[in-house]
Amino acid sequence: MPAQTLSPESLLPLPPATFHILMALAAEDRHGYAIIQDVGARTNGELKLSAGTLYRSIQRMLEQGLLVETRDRPAPEEDDERRRYYRITPFGTAVARAEARRLTQLVRLARASGFVPGRA
Amino acid sequence: MRFYNLLLHLYPASFRAEYAGELGAVFARGRQDVRGFQAVLFWAATLFEILPDALAVHWDLLVQDVRYAARILARAPGFACTAITVAALGTGAATAAYTLIDHVLVRPLPFPEPDRLVNVWENAPAGHFSELELSPANYRDWKAAASSFSSFGVYAGLAATLTGAGEPRRILGDAFTPEIFPLLGAQPALGRVFGTEDLKESAPATVVLSYALWQEAFGGSRTALGRKIEIDGRPRTIVGVMPAGFSFPDRDAELWVPLRFAPIDFADRSNSYLHGLARLKPGISMGQAQAEMAGIAGRLARAYPKELANIGATIVRLHDDLSPRTRLLLEALMGAALCLLLIACANLANLLLARALARRGELAVRCALGAGRERLVRQMLTESLLLAVAGGLLGILIAYAAVPLFARLVPNAVASAAAPSIDIRILAFAVLLIVVTGVAFGALPALRAGHGSEQALRENTRSGGGRRERLRSALVVAEIAACVLLLVSSGLLIRALSRIRGLDPGFRPNGVLTLRTMLPFPKYDKMETRRDFYNRVLSDVRRLPGVTSTAYTSFLPMVMRGGIWHVEIAGRPQDIAQQESASARFVTPDYFVAMGIPLRVGRGITESDTAERPWVAVVSQSFVDHYWRGENPLGRHFKFNFLDHVVVGVVGDVRVRGLERASEPQVYMSYQQGANSEWSWYAPKDLVVRASGDLSALVPPLRRIVHDIDPEQPISDVQTLNDILDQETGTRSVQLRILGVFAAAAFLLAGFGIHGLLSFAVSQRSQEIGVRIALGARPAAILAMIFRRALLLAAAGVLLGSALAFAAGQSMRALLAGVSPADTLTFAAAGGLCVAMTIAGSLLPAHRAARVDPITALR
Repeated sequence: MPAQTLSPESLLPLPPATFHILMALAAEDRHGYAIIQDVGARTNGELKLSAGTLYRSIQRMLEQGLLVETRDRPAPEEDDERRRYYRITPFGTAVARAEARRLTQLVRLARASGFVPGRA
Repeated sequence: MRFYNLLLHLYPASFRAEYAGELGAVFARGRQDVRGFQAVLFWAATLFEILPDALAVHWDLLVQDVRYAARILARAPGFACTAITVAALGTGAATAAYTLIDHVLVRPLPFPEPDRLVNVWENAPAGHFSELELSPANYRDWKAAASSFSSFGVYAGLAATLTGAGEPRRILGDAFTPEIFPLLGAQPALGRVFGTEDLKESAPATVVLSYALWQEAFGGSRTALGRKIEIDGRPRTIVGVMPAGFSFPDRDAELWVPLRFAPIDFADRSNSYLHGLARLKPGISMGQAQAEMAGIAGRLARAYPKELANIGATIVRLHDDLSPRTRLLLEALMGAALCLLLIACANLANLLLARALARRGELAVRCALGAGRERLVRQMLTESLLLAVAGGLLGILIAYAAVPLFARLVPNAVASAAAPSIDIRILAFAVLLIVVTGVAFGALPALRAGHGSEQALRENTRSGGGRRERLRSALVVAEIAACVLLLVSSGLLIRALSRIRGLDPGFRPNGVLTLRTMLPFPKYDKMETRRDFYNRVLSDVRRLPGVTSTAYTSFLPMVMRGGIWHVEIAGRPQDIAQQESASARFVTPDYFVAMGIPLRVGRGITESDTAERPWVAVVSQSFVDHYWRGENPLGRHFKFNFLDHVVVGVVGDVRVRGLERASEPQVYMSYQQGANSEWSWYAPKDLVVRASGDLSALVPPLRRIVHDIDPEQPISDVQTLNDILDQETGTRSVQLRILGVFAAAAFLLAGFGIHGLLSFAVSQRSQEIGVRIALGARPAAILAMIFRRALLLAAAGVLLGSALAFAAGQSMRALLAGVSPADTLTFAAAGGLCVAMTIAGSLLPAHRAARVDPITALR
């Protein structure tokens, strides 16, 4: 996979959908619908990923090595065999961290310019 | 849910295969949560999501495929370069040829409602001429009687000396009746065009300038309006300037003056010099107009049986009034370009097929690893489209470079304003070609890419499939056939050209310089003034070093092809059906010596043949053969344009009308003996100088001589007799050069094709060849096997190509100047070349085959 040799910074800035998906997968593996719900809940319903956007993003993220499909499945009573579960890779974590750093930096700069209210 | 699954088909198959289940599950979950009106909203939202999203997925794939294809192609630069060059040659040639065809044959004239514009001609059904100019009297009567036209005007060519706008110079223009400009829907850029008031005897003389002349002589200044310029010594007021795009009747026209008729102009009905142009009334068909004009001409012929017995009327759409030879020439060019495109396509298809075969292993592995057939097809198509687009872009560049060369084939008389330029429509044509070519040769290998992959994986690309082999052989045969077709066509035209070049023009062209001093009238309307000018110029020129003889004539042969007068011989019954006419020229003494026209009997024109002496004529051999075969022509009298002349000498015939056309017999008269009404047009103006040494060194002293005698006299058309002969064959030479380039390209491409096919066959069959060698086959046998294959292909191609070439030759018979379309030498040469090319193309593969190491091959 050529993606593995990339530095995390080379993928920045991340498309918002990609960053949200990475955040949704930060704590646990999830299937597609669960990602949509998680993103919705996290943003108080402001961002509703469409299924198409989700899977297009997932396809690209798989190619970039940010995610893998996992074979570990939940207990059978909770499972649906049609579902596929995704897990964030260490590279994905590194990229998410790099993006977070980039955004923090940006907010810091904005604050210094007086755009952001709060502690001056 | 079913509808949703249907919608999913908008996504690429690979994406669908991967995620359709998931997408469906997500959709179903969402669907459960909504009720009633919300459900409608949910559906609408889904629909709006899927459309852009599916497009985005397609785009992702395309980007990915293009990247992959570029990487793959970069790894095979030889293949990529060959494929791109081949595509570029094909599309470039076809685009350039189409540009020209479109310009001349397809694109409408730059005038409103061009389909209703017609040329009106006299015709003489009994003679050979179907399009003759009109006489003023016929124009007047036709116009009065015709009801088919909303407007009907005439114009006549004009060559004059322009003074009062910078250096005196010779210009070309036309005299228009006031109908012509409105007929063409032409508006002046500045000022006005002609009205009926310009035709009054008392009205001031006026002129309308072309945009180019206005820019050149007046720097585009508006103050040019109202200023006076002198045309042939006559002052004319500038009343208008035409816009830049306007040119009529040809691209040379620089100014226009009103065409006026004096009562005397209507006297002679055989005095034909007017071009008729008319606009059909709405609702009137060509057939109706033609029938009406024929009726009118018939009535006039009954009223004037002597002059008009043979004269009918013809109307031809302005756009269609193109010589059949020009049309044929362009069609031949287009045919050649299509041939080349075909060869290019076949070659590319072959290249891609071979590549697909070589990559069967890779494709099989990808299939086995789960790549869908759709993905593979898509990727191969992207790859070939990438090649085609690159080739097409390069082809457009080639077309840009080729169009100026091709444009030299376009006759100057075509009324289309500008030189051909590649425009949006033609670019669209090129893009269409590119896409069709790309899909055509991308589809073949791609459609086969998924087939039999398991088997391919097992065999690991060792053997070539028999069916594909046959397809590739068929493509190579088609290439060779098209190549033979082009070679034979060029060959036939080369033969025709050399035959025409070998024709005797009737004069000796080597070492003769010519130039034109068009004497302006009324400045030179007195015989004495003219004689003085000629004699001073000729005696000064004779003194120049190297000059052996020099003379003046009305017009050089092939420069002016017309100037035909009526011949009447006392006691000989007038043959009404056969127009009795001859070409008329006034010359100074020594003309025959200077031109190298052999004097057969009697004497030439001399200085003592003055107006007061009996009027003499020197006639050509064909004149004698026609009227006095086997008799002594000297001392015989005949009426030439109704004036009596006595024959004093006979000279050889000259091809006045050009190398490829039959000419009338010629009559030469003394420059001092002629009716006053003739001189404005027939006064000798072309100077002929026969000299040894460098002719171009003569030009400055010649200019000085004329300038010293009359500083206001312009000099034009400085050229050698050989230049004039070259112009006769100029269009042909250009055509031949283009065809030659096409044929050479086709030859090379077909060579590549054969080489590619055989090398590939050898590499595919190396195992088999190895077995043969291991079993004791000699290298000679292996060589023979490869050559046999090559020669079989060549034979099939040559046979097919020869049949096609014979058919093509039949259809361009008119261009062949008598060379047979079945010319054995040409066919033998083309066939031989193709066989030689086949052998050359198979040398390397055969060599490689003979050196196959059985151990390596069988490992």
